[in-house]
Amino acid sequence: MSEQAGHTSYVKIWAILLVLLGVSIAGPTLEIQVVTVITAFGIALVKAYMVAKHFMHLNVQPRYVAYVICTCLTLMVVFWAGTAVDIYKQEGTNWAKLDVPAQSSTTH
Amino acid sequence: MRPIATSRTSAGMATGQLAVWWVVASEIVIFGGLLAAYIEYRMSHVEWAGYAAHTNVWAGGFNTFVLLTSSLAAVLAHQAAESGNGRKAAKLLGLTIVGALVFLTVKAFEWTAEIQAGYTISSNGFWAFYYTAAGIHAAHVIAGAIIMGFVARDALAGRELHRVELIGIYWHFVDIVWIFLFPLLYIAK
Repeated sequence: MSEQAGHTSYVKIWAILLVLLGVSIAGPTLEIQVVTVITAFGIALVKAYMVAKHFMHLNVQPRYVAYVICTCLTLMVVFWAGTAVDIYKQEGTNWAKLDVPAQSSTTH
Repeated sequence: MRPIATSRTSAGMATGQLAVWWVVASEIVIFGGLLAAYIEYRMSHVEWAGYAAHTNVWAGGFNTFVLLTSSLAAVLAHQAAESGNGRKAAKLLGLTIVGALVFLTVKAFEWTAEIQAGYTISSNGFWAFYYTAAGIHAAHVIAGAIIMGFVARDALAGRELHRVELIGIYWHFVDIVWIFLFPLLYIAK
């Protein structure tokens, strides 16, 4: 790819990212939860993918780089899943959360 | 004598590049853990939506625009460095640094307004996450801008042009982190 052609393609990617940014700001103004999740967080995933692929050139790196990145993301999900029970559940086998005074619960 | 990062390859790429990817991988766990914890707390505290309503979407959106544009400048600098044009690469890195400074300036105004309105890091859980996540990210922006200054100085003299790509990879990662911080802290209300 010539420098000029590469330049143009990077500018195109940037322009698409800006359009997606506009959609991610406009979408939640409709105040529909599903639309907010898709436009704000779904589009964030698309933008991150585009930056990783086209600007970081992840697609032309040795394949193990993507594997290492995926491993770290997986570890993050494992950490999240491992602690999620404590947040979402009030009781489980042989354990239950004690009642928290109202004053300290509002500080969270 | 040329540094090992330039003259030696490891596992199919230059050692310096491999090191940057390892940095990115470890940063994913740092930021990922922080954001995952935020999402957990946010989902179990509906009142946080009310606190998030006090963040400035337009300031956050403008900063997203600034970072995306600085990423464009960084990737164009990499392209210029690959074609051996150190002067152009240095200029584009300079633009990226300007982007970093604009980002930090907007953040400073934002934080000043929020603190003056009484929303500090100790106000509640939401603001604690807000200042911690955005603060760690801003520290990465500052570090990136400083490193980029040294890389640009060398690039201007036509030295160590491979480093332009390395700082670019780091900068794009900082951009990606913000891409997720923006909807989490500013949009979801």
